Amino acid sequence: MIMLMLTDPFMQRALIAALLVGVTAPVVGTYLVQRKLSLLGDGIGHVALTGVALGWLVGAGMGLTPNDALAIPGAVVAAVVGAVLIEVVRRRGRTSGDLALAIMFYGGIAGGVLLIGIAGGSSGNLMQYLFGSISTVSDGDLWLTVVLSLVVLAVGVGLRHALFSVSHDEEFAIASGLPVWALNIIVAVVSALTVTVAMRVVGLLLVSALMIVPVAVAQQVTHAFGRTMLTACVVGVVVCVTGLSITYWYNVSPGATIVVLAIGVYAVVSLVAPLLIRRRPAHDPHPDLPDDVDLPAAATERAAAAAKECR
Amino acid sequence: MTDTRQVTEPSEPVIEASGLHFRAGASHILRGVDLTVRQGEVVALLGANGSGKSTLVRALVGIKAPSEGTVRLLGEPLGAGRRGAGVDWSRVGYVPQRAGAGGGIPSTAQEVVASGLLHGRRLRLPRGWRDQVERALEQVGLADRVRDPVHLLSGGQQQRILIARALVREPDLLVLDEPVAGVDVASQEAFAATMERLVGGGLTVLVVLHELGELEPLVSRAVVLRHGKVVHDGAPPRARQDHDRVGHHHQHPHADDNGGRMAPDVAETRALDLEVRP
Repeated sequence: MIMLMLTDPFMQRALIAALLVGVTAPVVGTYLVQRKLSLLGDGIGHVALTGVALGWLVGAGMGLTPNDALAIPGAVVAAVVGAVLIEVVRRRGRTSGDLALAIMFYGGIAGGVLLIGIAGGSSGNLMQYLFGSISTVSDGDLWLTVVLSLVVLAVGVGLRHALFSVSHDEEFAIASGLPVWALNIIVAVVSALTVTVAMRVVGLLLVSALMIVPVAVAQQVTHAFGRTMLTACVVGVVVCVTGLSITYWYNVSPGATIVVLAIGVYAVVSLVAPLLIRRRPAHDPHPDLPDDVDLPAAATERAAAAAKECR
Repeated sequence: MTDTRQVTEPSEPVIEASGLHFRAGASHILRGVDLTVRQGEVVALLGANGSGKSTLVRALVGIKAPSEGTVRLLGEPLGAGRRGAGVDWSRVGYVPQRAGAGGGIPSTAQEVVASGLLHGRRLRLPRGWRDQVERALEQVGLADRVRDPVHLLSGGQQQRILIARALVREPDLLVLDEPVAGVDVASQEAFAATMERLVGGGLTVLVVLHELGELEPLVSRAVVLRHGKVVHDGAPPRARQDHDRVGHHHQHPHADDNGGRMAPDVAETRALDLEVRP
């Protein structure tokens, strides 16, 4: 059964795409959660829809034969522009990041539907981008996915300490002379690339789930930034590959299956983790220091007894 | 206590701010501040809440761009063109006032302190960074907490993590924003001892304080800020005379000592008083 799936060329391409998305999305997602911009992926996804329609429009104008030939390049451009724009708005501080995101959500969808109509298509044409269509991944799409994923991984993993510093405490990073502005733009661009990479697998509306849910799972079981990222990647790969495999035998939407699976893992882990991880601190959480008050003898004795209990 | 650095006379200024103004909307927070800190000095920046102390130090390390005026850090201008591109950031350590939100993902003490090793154009950790981090944590007495998530530590311990993050790059200049606010006496004493050792080694310090407290013996000069202006620059002011009045809460651990160094000139003491009266 599994051999049958693995020898299917459609499935091979789809599995490679799913694997790459499973690794890259959580890497970027970790930084987004760290800087409390969990919804950035959604905002970029919506803007990418306008890019898809724009690519469609340009393709139609140029008379290209598959009329969506420029849809993915259009999505890449729009996503990058949108992500950088959000960063600029956030930096200028006039509008809160939250509000800027909301405006992107509406503008992205409205722009996409408007442009696809002008291009002679219908909003039905946008469905495969909104919800994914991994079975239609072509060799060209796959190569683009591979290249973009490698860029995202090289940046996200190679610069992880600098990106951690900027995401953890931006003011300290500025006071350390780090190129904070450039690093923020890098996070924005890498997020945009990830959205377009994941677009074919889970669709623009569910992209963000792949970035955020594996991180949420990882947070249940670890308390370190590096390990959160690693665990999230493992979760991402497992749910993407498993979810896709399920759709080989059952006729269900791959994107939706993957996301539901991820949320299922989150639910199970949040129930099971507290039982498995015994909350036993390695040492007494209270430091053995005198405080600023003079205690009567009885209280001092009680303090010594309390210290013993914690040991 | 060996002085490894040659202190030249007169020593070079490491911080030079002139004519600093800072406006945020309608409020004029800094109103023409001049401040010079020379190598080897320990300067306390004093003033009431809202006097502009934090804004001033944030302008001095490049976080806030002043509305007017210039800042030179280690001889290099801040804010002109590429912000502080000429500054040797490996020589500057900054300790913010609070741990802040600290991001949405729990991080270990090791991860947070290691981020102090990145500065300027250095975007990757150097070889042997784990040892450097451990040494920095040892200096603040938290060596056994390397792998603990920072958000589970107490407020005082988190403050010490931030100090370790600034110390890990072995700076020549340390800028601290209220490092002992809300920290118990024992920790304040430990902090003062660490600072004494570092200052003995030639460290220059600019520290924002509410009260001189345990650091008093170390402080060579005090700058008092009031209503966005420097109102005193010189010998550390004495504590207020009516310090122990009813309802007064202070973090100074030895209130009894104040009687011993009561100012003869009451008027002057009151002028330098660090509190804002209604």
